[in-house]
Formats: sequence, structure tokens, C-alpha cells
Amino acid sequence: MPRVIVYVTLKPTLLDAQGRTVQTALHSLGFGEAGDVRLGKIIEMNVPEGDEAGIRARVVAMCDELLANPVTESYRIEVEA
Amino acid sequence: MSLSSSAIMAPPSDMTFKGGSAPLRAGIIVFPGSNCDRDAGNAWEALGEGEAVYLWHQENDLRGVDVVILPGGFSYGDALRAGAIARFAPIMKEVTRFAEEGGPTLAICNGFQIACEVGLLPGALVRNERMRFVCRHVGLRVETEASMFTNGYRKGEVLSIPVAHGEGRYVCDDATYAELVAEDRIAFRYAPQTGNFVLGADSGEDYNPNGSRDHIAGILGGPQRNILGMMPHPERAMHTELGSANGRPLFEALCAVMNVRH
Repeated sequence: MPRVIVYVTLKPTLLDAQGRTVQTALHSLGFGEAGDVRLGKIIEMNVPEGDEAGIRARVVAMCDELLANPVTESYRIEVEA
Repeated sequence: MSLSSSAIMAPPSDMTFKGGSAPLRAGIIVFPGSNCDRDAGNAWEALGEGEAVYLWHQENDLRGVDVVILPGGFSYGDALRAGAIARFAPIMKEVTRFAEEGGPTLAICNGFQIACEVGLLPGALVRNERMRFVCRHVGLRVETEASMFTNGYRKGEVLSIPVAHGEGRYVCDDATYAELVAEDRIAFRYAPQTGNFVLGADSGEDYNPNGSRDHIAGILGGPQRNILGMMPHPERAMHTELGSANGRPLFEALCAVMNVRH
């Protein structure tokens, strides 16, 4: 059964307050190389067997209707066979 | 979530309706996780002309209420995004229809987040810029008198109203922002007590609690400017003894409009 992974992150144009806080924490731990840290969500799910294009089209619809807010978030979809 | 609806649906025992004609009925939508529903109901009834009707999210009928209030809280535990899941509550179909037909709809805090997620208002509310949950009185400048919610205030007046939120930073794209300005749909902005600030020049660090775009705290929408979404809680500013009564004119204005319609 294919596993779908959806990555949802704030749009690059929006300040990611959580990411900035985590970056500050990393820097104070000595990981000064960490730049432009951004946080997001991972949503995983199983879907029925099918061709990848068909699966993707369904997941895009899920993202547009619920999983991501089009005003503030962008998403990326991975399909694992 | 095993929240019992019967506890929340119990009729209020402290009705304060004193009017002679039919009371003005405000439907307070109650989701699992709402926590300002009683505050909103009490505020409405404190005016002495109204009755609060608590409508559970699973209902399909607004029971003919005059006004709808989407109250503050953490509906569905803020799962996915604040307000995202409330959209699918059966009652929201009716709320959307009511608001789109011009019904007065007041969306406070989590209610504002829900109204944006449903598409009744443009934009979205994201995590506060400084990450902190902010719970305090803020200065709120009245930006327009032209609405059934704000016509009891003077434009430029600075109110003291509490906020209590972690995700109240209003964001929208440039086109939406231009439209809000052009149509005079920004109801309130966060402001210093003097009311003086220069848009675009001041960071608002001292008075903007969440980093909202151009200090926006509340916006209007709907065919008759009949939807108000705002992060601050006017229902918690009804009595000077409790810090401020600056929320009262908002509810009084709404009552006045509804009395005319009746």
C-alpha cells in the first residue's frame, strides 16, 4: 500500500516565528551554521494502490481543501511505493 | 473527545432579559473546545434586551436567532490549524448562509480564525511574531464607524480591550490588503493609548501584541459589512469593575440595529 507524505510549511514570504526561535536556540548551542530555519508539519497516510499521477491528484485536492491554508502555507508531496 | 453536549446545552439559569417585546436572540456557536461562549452570552444578556441561545456544533438549525456569535476558545483543540476543523461542523453551513445573506455575525478570537478558514473573511491568523501567548488589555483604535458593530464609537477613539491568543498575527496578500483599505473594512488597529502612530514607519513593538500586518486587529466583511472578525475580546470588557467597559458599545450598537430591524 503506497505511503503518502505531505510536508506543509509557511510560505517563504511569511515570517516563521517558530523557526526563528529554534534557530536562535541552535545558535546558542553553538550551531551557528544553521540559517533560515523553518518549521512545518508532516502528514502521512496510506492510500490504495494506483498510478502515482492519480494518487498525487487526490492528495493535491486534500491539500487545497484542508491540509494546507492557501493564504499562508505551501506544501510538497512525496509518494512512496 | 468525549465532551458531553448536554452540559453545554443546558439553558442559562441567569437570564436577565428585561424588555417588553421579544428579546433579541444571539446564537452562540459552541464547539468542543470553545471557552468564551458563556462570556459572549453573558455580555449579550448584560444589555438587558437580549437572550443567548447556545447552539451546539452538531446542530443543523440556527433556530431563528437574530445575531450569530462565533466565540473564542480552542475549537477541536486547534488540530491542524486554529479554526481549520470547525469548518466541517454541521452548524457552520447554516452560519455561512446566515452571514452571506447579511445576518450580523460577530467572530471573536478563535471565531475570527474560524471565519477566515471558512472564507467568510479574507486572510489568515498565524503564530504571534514573538511566539508568546499574549493575555492582557491592549489599545485598540477604532478605524471606521461605518458598521453595525462600530457605529457607537468615534473614529480614532482608542479602546482598552483584552486579548488572549497565541495565533493572532493577521496576514493577507497585498491585493487583499489594498481591498480592505479601499473598502474601509479595517475595523480596529492595535494602537498606543495616544492613538498616534505612523503606518509603515512604526514597528508597533510596544502596542501590537502579535505582529499583525499594519496592526490590524479586526476586519469587516459580508454583503452589508455584517461580519466582524476581531482577535480582542469585547465580551470581556463589559464592566469598569473588571478593567474596562469599552466592549459594551459594540454590543449596544448591534442591539440598536437589531431593534430597528425588528
